[in-house]
Order: sequence, then C-alpha cells, then structure tokens
Amino acid sequence: MDALLLARAQFAFTVSFHFIFPAFSIGLASYLMVLEGLWLKTGSGLYANLYRYWLKIFAVVFGMGVVSGIVMSYQFGTNWSVFSAKAGPIIGPLMAYEVMTAFFLEAGFLGVMLFGINKVGPRLHFFATCMVALGTLISATWILSVNSWMQTPAGYAINEAGQFVPAGSWWPIVFNPSFPYRLVHTVIAAFLTTSLVVGAVGAWHLLRDRSNPGARKMFSMAMWMLAVSAPIQILAGDAHGLNTLEHQPAKVLAMEGDYRPSPDGAPLILFGLPDSEQGRVRYEVAIPKVGSLILKHDPNAPLQGLTDFPKELWPPVPVVFWSFRIMVGLGMAMLALGLFGLLARYRRKLYEWALLHRAAVAMGPAGFVAVIAGWVTTEVGRQPFTVYGLMRTADSASPLDASALAVSLLAFVVVYFFAFGAGTYYILRLMAKPPQPHEPAPPRVPQRAAGITPAAAVDANAKEH
Amino acid sequence: MEALDLTLIWAGIIALAVFAYVVMDGFDLGIGILFPTFAVGEERDQAMNSIAPVWDGNETWLVMGGGGLMAAFPIAYAIVLPATYPLVIAMLLGLVFRGVAFEFRWRDPAHRAFWDWAFCIGSVAATFSQGVMLGAILQGIHVEQGAYAGGWLDWLSPFSLLTGAALLIGYALLGATWLFGKVEGTAQQHARRMAGRLAWIMLLAIAVVSAATPFLNLEYARRWLEFPSVLLTAQVPLLTIIAMVLLLRGLRKGRERVPFLMALGLFLLGFIGLLISVFPYVVPGAVTIWEAAVPRESQVFLLVGTAIIIPVIVLYTSWSYWVFRGKVGTEGYH
Repeated sequence: MDALLLARAQFAFTVSFHFIFPAFSIGLASYLMVLEGLWLKTGSGLYANLYRYWLKIFAVVFGMGVVSGIVMSYQFGTNWSVFSAKAGPIIGPLMAYEVMTAFFLEAGFLGVMLFGINKVGPRLHFFATCMVALGTLISATWILSVNSWMQTPAGYAINEAGQFVPAGSWWPIVFNPSFPYRLVHTVIAAFLTTSLVVGAVGAWHLLRDRSNPGARKMFSMAMWMLAVSAPIQILAGDAHGLNTLEHQPAKVLAMEGDYRPSPDGAPLILFGLPDSEQGRVRYEVAIPKVGSLILKHDPNAPLQGLTDFPKELWPPVPVVFWSFRIMVGLGMAMLALGLFGLLARYRRKLYEWALLHRAAVAMGPAGFVAVIAGWVTTEVGRQPFTVYGLMRTADSASPLDASALAVSLLAFVVVYFFAFGAGTYYILRLMAKPPQPHEPAPPRVPQRAAGITPAAAVDANAKEH
Repeated sequence: MEALDLTLIWAGIIALAVFAYVVMDGFDLGIGILFPTFAVGEERDQAMNSIAPVWDGNETWLVMGGGGLMAAFPIAYAIVLPATYPLVIAMLLGLVFRGVAFEFRWRDPAHRAFWDWAFCIGSVAATFSQGVMLGAILQGIHVEQGAYAGGWLDWLSPFSLLTGAALLIGYALLGATWLFGKVEGTAQQHARRMAGRLAWIMLLAIAVVSAATPFLNLEYARRWLEFPSVLLTAQVPLLTIIAMVLLLRGLRKGRERVPFLMALGLFLLGFIGLLISVFPYVVPGAVTIWEAAVPRESQVFLLVGTAIIIPVIVLYTSWSYWVFRGKVGTEGYH
C-alpha cells in the first residue's frame, strides 16, 4: 500500500473511533443536565439515582473521548502536514477556539461534576454539569465549522506562499454555506444516539423487571426524545442534502448513484451495485421521478449525472452510495421506533409491551452506526479533495515513509481495540446493572460520610420510599 | 496595534501554554512514573485520587499546545510533527493507556494490577517521548524549502535519549513533591524519600544536559558563554542551585508546599534556559517564529478571543483546584 492510502486509513481509523465517544457524550451530558435539573426542581430521588447511574457511564465515555481526541489534535500534523501548513491560517484559529472555549470548559468542570457533589453543594454542582454539557455543544460547533469549511470553503484568499488566508471578515469562514446544516444534523444525531442507548438500557431492564422505577423513567424519557428528534432529523437531513446538492453536487450524485444525467427527472435508486468502471448501477431497483422529488422537491426537475464531471473528480461512488443507504435506513428505523413508542404510550402499554422493548434493545447501537455511516458519506464524498475543489488529498499528506505509517497504524489498531474494547466492556457491564433506588456515586475520591451529604439528596432518597 | 509585533506575542502565548502543560501534566505523569513504587491499596489510591479530578484539565494544555502551534505557527507544526512522527505516536498511545486507566482501575478491581501497570507504562512512554522530542528539536531538524526533509528515525541520538531520560526524572520529581503535599501516612513518607533522591538525580541530569547542549551547535555555546551575556545567562545555573537547596531543605523540614513550588521553579529555569538557546527560532537553526507565523489577520482574530478566554480558563481551573484543595484523604472508597 502506498503512503497516502495508509495516511488516509490511519486518519479514518482514529477519527471514526474518536467520533463514537462524542456522539454519545454530547447527548449524555445534556441528558445529565436535564436529570440533575429535574432533581433540583422536584427533589425526586428518582432523578438523583438516574443521574448517578448515567454519570458513572459518562465518566468512562468521556475519558475515552478525551484521550482519543488528543490524538486527533496531532494527527493533522503527523499525517497531513502540507494541509496543516496551507490551511493552518484558516482552520488553526478555529480549532484553537475549540480548545479554549470548549475543551477547557469541559475539563475544568468535569472534576467537580464527577467528584465534587459533596464539596460544592447541589446548585454549584448543577452549574458544573451545565458547563460540561455546554462545552460539548461548543466543541461540536467549532469542529463542525472547521469540517464544513473544508467541505464548502468560503471567505478565503490564497497568499503568495500558497496558504489559505482569511480574505477579510471571519464571519463567512465560520458560517460557511454548509455549516448550519451540518451542525444541526450532527447535534441531533448525537441526541438521537444517546436516546437510543438510554432507551435500550431502560428496555433491557424493563424486560427483566417492569416495575423498576428507574428503568421506566429512563425508557419513557428516551422514547419521548426519540419520537421528537427522529422526524426533525429527517427534515434536517433533507435540508442538508439540498445544501450539499448546491455546493457539492458530485457528492450527492454519488450518494444517489446517479451516473447519467436525468433531464426529465431523476429516479430514486433504492438498491443496486454502483459500478464506476461502466458508469452505471447494476441490478438497480429504482422508483422513477422520486429522486428529483426529494432533491428538487419537483418530480420533473432535471438532475445532473456524475458523467457531467471529469471522472478523476468523482468520489469513490460505492462507498458513498452504501454508507448513505445505511444512514438513511437506520434513520427510518429510528422514526419507526419513535412512532411505535407513541403508539404504546397511547395504548398505555409503554412499560408492558415486550416487543417494543426488544425493538428498543435491538436499536440501541443504531445511532453509532448511523453516525459513522453519515460521517463516511460526507468525508468520502468530499474526495478527492481535503479542501473541496481547491486542495487535493494527494497534495495534503506529510512526507512520511509508508513503513512508518504502516507500523503506527498497526499500533493504533491494537491499542484502540484493546483500550477502548475494555472501556466498552466496562460500559456494558455498568449498563447491565439495573438502576438501584440508592445508586452509589462514582467510586473514588473521598465521598465523605453521610453528615455532609447535601440535604436535597438525603430528602430525595427518603421521599422515594 | 499596528506597531505591536503579534508574532512575538503569539510566541509568548505558545511558550506559556507549553510551560503550563509541562508543569501541570508533568506532576500527574510523574505520579504515573512512580506509581509501582507505591504500595498496592491505600497508597496508590491516594496518589490516584490526588490527580483524578484535575488530570483531564492538565492534559487539555497539550491540546492547546498542539492546536495553538497549528493556529499560530502552522509551518512549524507541519515540520516538527513529521520529523518526530514515531515519538508523537508513542506519546499519544501512552496517553491513551494512562488516560483510560484512571477510570478502568476503579471499574475492574479484578484487573486493577493490570491497569496500574498500564497507567505507569503509559506515563513513562508519554514522558520519555516528550523528552526525546525536546532533544530532537534542540539538535536540529533537516528542513528543505519549508518542509521536513529527513528520515523517520533522524530524531534518534544519544543527546535525545539523554533529554528523554532527564524529563522522566524531572516529571517524577514533580510528582513526588506534589504527593508530598497531598497525601498522608506511609504514602507521604514514601513520596518524601523519593523526592529527596530524585532531586539529586535531577541536579545531575540538569548538569549533564546543560553541558551537552553547547556541543550541539556553536550558536548555543556562543549565547551561553560569550561576555557580557554570560553575566545574565550565568544567573540560570545559580538560581537552579538555590532552588534545589530550598527544595531539599523544605523536604527535610517537612514544609509541604515548598518542595513542589521549588520543583516548578526548576522547570521554569530549565524552560528559560531553553528559550535562551533557541529564541527566536521555532525550529532551531532552520525556521524563525516570523517565518513560521500565520498572517496578521489570523493572529488578530485569535488574539482577541485568547486575551479574554485564557484568564477565564485560569480562573475556573484555579477554582477547581481550590475545590479539591488539601489532603485527599482515604475514607469512603467503595
């Protein structure tokens, strides 16, 4: 394998692995904020217990997110040094803002969130939880601005050294054309991922004990969240797709499998085997006109085909085609689960309908798969460029030997599967325990004796029984 | 504003971020290095608890150093990282291991011994890599037309291995003096003993690295030894000796904060020494800070935010340290 392919494989591996953790922790931090807020407001020990239950899981997820994230801040330089040197003046400051406004905020308040409840009191502790949740969202905002700029570069000039530099205002750089769509789509994806996981854990325990109050509460909350977010996500995804068609038509055509132009309205290809050699989708199953209906909101609107573009500018079509279908298919399954939940609630069988619980358990990991599939769609769809239309991936790489990259890729694979595999196992073990009426706080750091436990917590626990 | 040299300001900010990283993650990496020497059980748990709430914030300074370098001096970022590629990867993988160990050792008591070793080996790997990186940068990087032009093992030399070993000792000293102030009982006695020994080894390491550095490059020798600048540069070794004496005295008299502060002082002096050697180069002998800097518009955009946000970060980070002030204690583990 050549050095470029190895550099790409390594980056894809480290960034995909990393993305799994924030996809979960963004939603989980907000969920914890809601739980603690409800606990403070109602004084109900049920919320306190759920907070502690999920906090332990959050600690493990967040730790893995931090260490895999540190890797990312150096992978740009190790693997893509030419890209870093050329695009540094634009994306460097945005990423530095992410560090300063988000990473420090999360890290600074995480210690108090995890270990400080008995040291600072409930209100200040709630504030710390809010800051961590806010930090995860700010982080998503900046990094998606960077990613969107690479997809739809704007507001730049090119200086005599060949570097991308700001042309004037930073506004068009930060708020580049695809950024608002990508941000909304990704953050909702994170919320969906979390609600699916929370729902699956709740359902798992309901299948064993329908009367567990913690399991009932978390399942109900997750099913509400799913029912609300899944339809919004489909609308957001549609808007994102239209935006992509405007700015990166080749990506959308690859997603759709539209090799040839469709002057009288494009079909919607459901399945088939894209074959870029022959420039057609083999064994295609298609519905006429629906492609244009989705992409142009008009069944007869003409649509370009990939053959309108030089072949060397096509992204790898089969990858994009399939990853897109996985994402959309799972999105539809999420919508179906959300509707199923509403139906069960309407028929007052939310906690009794075992089929619903089994479906929720099965869909537990769906969010992660969809998030990664969506990420592959957008990133592979950007190829063969790092900065879309302006800088080729082949011209972005570091001057490294293939052997160095191969060895380090192997090391990453071994270490990640081992360390994060262990972490996933610990998380599953935590999830396998049903939420208890007296959920212990994370085991660590002096949890001083009951005398200093905040009154709210003690009262709350008393109330529950 | 026009008259200000923003590149100089940015060099100062990056230098501060790197220094903040070295002193903050230095002591928690140091605890990792010394971890197996603490007794299983209460001693280790105390040591771990003394850094559990803050390590994540400490490590964020490393992201700030990397991200800030990319933002302010992308050319340097693009040269140094490929030049030290295997070291960067080793450091990152080491940090992964020790980072997950914080959580995992509590989650899995049956394998706690394993995660304790992962914590130690990860800390050692990360520290040693950082030290070797420092040596590699000091000894010079082969640059052609603004890009790294060497092989992937150019960083390997007796000098870089020496700086790697020196940093291990330095971080271990920071860790031992930190623990001396944070823990109680046998763990504290152990930390005190370790700190006393490490201080002497550290003095030796500083002497050897300082003696070897001028031989790397005539320019380094000229800066340190020529008259009249020697009057100024000579203050660095003098102050180093004073700090060392105070550190040892503090240990002997049982003054719990002094040794850690003096260890920080030693690092500060080492850092100043480093700046004397390399300034204004960011890649010594090859690229100056002005050559590596981003255009002014990028500098201004980032500086406005930095000037406001960094003080706020310092504020809430200090608050977090204050919340977890004092001895970590041992009661109440589950």
